[in-house]
Amino acid sequence: MAERRRRIRSFEWSTAIIASISVAAGVAVYLRDGTEKVLAILTKDLQLLVGMLPKMAAGCLIAAFVTRLLPREVVARVVGSESGLLGLLVAMIMGAVLPGGPLTIYPVAAAFLVLGADVGTAVAFITAWNLLGYNRALIWELPFFGPEFVGWRILIALPLPILGGLLARTAARMIAKRGGSDQWM
Amino acid sequence: MDVMMIISVVIAILLWLLVAVLAFIAAMRSKALFREGAFEGGRDFLVLIPRVMVGVVGSGYIAAVLPPDLIANWIGPNSGVIGILIATLIGAATPGGAVVGFAIGAAALKSGAGAPQVIAYSTAWSLYTIQRLLNWEIHMMAPRFVLLRAAVSFPLPILAGLGALLLGKP
Repeated sequence: MAERRRRIRSFEWSTAIIASISVAAGVAVYLRDGTEKVLAILTKDLQLLVGMLPKMAAGCLIAAFVTRLLPREVVARVVGSESGLLGLLVAMIMGAVLPGGPLTIYPVAAAFLVLGADVGTAVAFITAWNLLGYNRALIWELPFFGPEFVGWRILIALPLPILGGLLARTAARMIAKRGGSDQWM
Repeated sequence: MDVMMIISVVIAILLWLLVAVLAFIAAMRSKALFREGAFEGGRDFLVLIPRVMVGVVGSGYIAAVLPPDLIANWIGPNSGVIGILIATLIGAATPGGAVVGFAIGAAALKSGAGAPQVIAYSTAWSLYTIQRLLNWEIHMMAPRFVLLRAAVSFPLPILAGLGALLLGKP
């Protein structure tokens, strides 16, 4: 599948850059502080990562099963048929629950718009996917930042999808009032 | 710290319960569905470990060579709203995939950046890093939608940073 290949390739590129910067930084630490410091950083960071491995594995499995049990078409239909504040809430929950990369998420958001949802719903969905998605939080954020930081970060982000959706609605209404198009697809 | 440990263990148990429930539902639908899900989830996990490891360990070394005074001045715990704004702009400008964004955020935090500033950074990076808008979103959504979404999302990382600042957490 083109989706997978592209995603993995862009990851490799990023990982290679970070790996080379890290090796350079590691050499600098060795020259400045010696072997002990190099090992101290290595064990401290690996400890956090190892502690998070069970949650990361669970995150990967949940994502793989949800992808199969919750087809994108169903999500698009459910969210596309809701409106008002409830529509934003449903979009937010779906955004947090639906796993996958940008190539999965944007077509679903586009499908809402085609099915008649307003622009705020699509914005709430994309915002929730970015900020509340368990997939990214479990697999990426947790081993980097630890559970306390991630927990507070998500708690603080909870109202943001609704807020973004409301702002988008207001902006779209103002644009329409000034004679702008109300077509967002 | 002990309470955190208990919460952490409880969350791990709940996650694995959810895995069990989903796996059971998949198995009820068909054996093939269960096998595919379990195989793909396991493979993704194995593929991800080395990448996350590079980022996590790398962030430790990068943090050790970053100049702490500079970090503290620009985005430290006392940098306040200006620091949150700076972090938001750096977040929008960060290129690359997940490993880059998280490694930079974690390195900044380890070398003395404030938590509200790092939250603003990672929120901005998640919502509207310019490279992702241009590489992905613009090809799949109408350009005026991308523009509208980026515009209304602009204050959100600042609000998240201010929220953390007011709460005094994490």
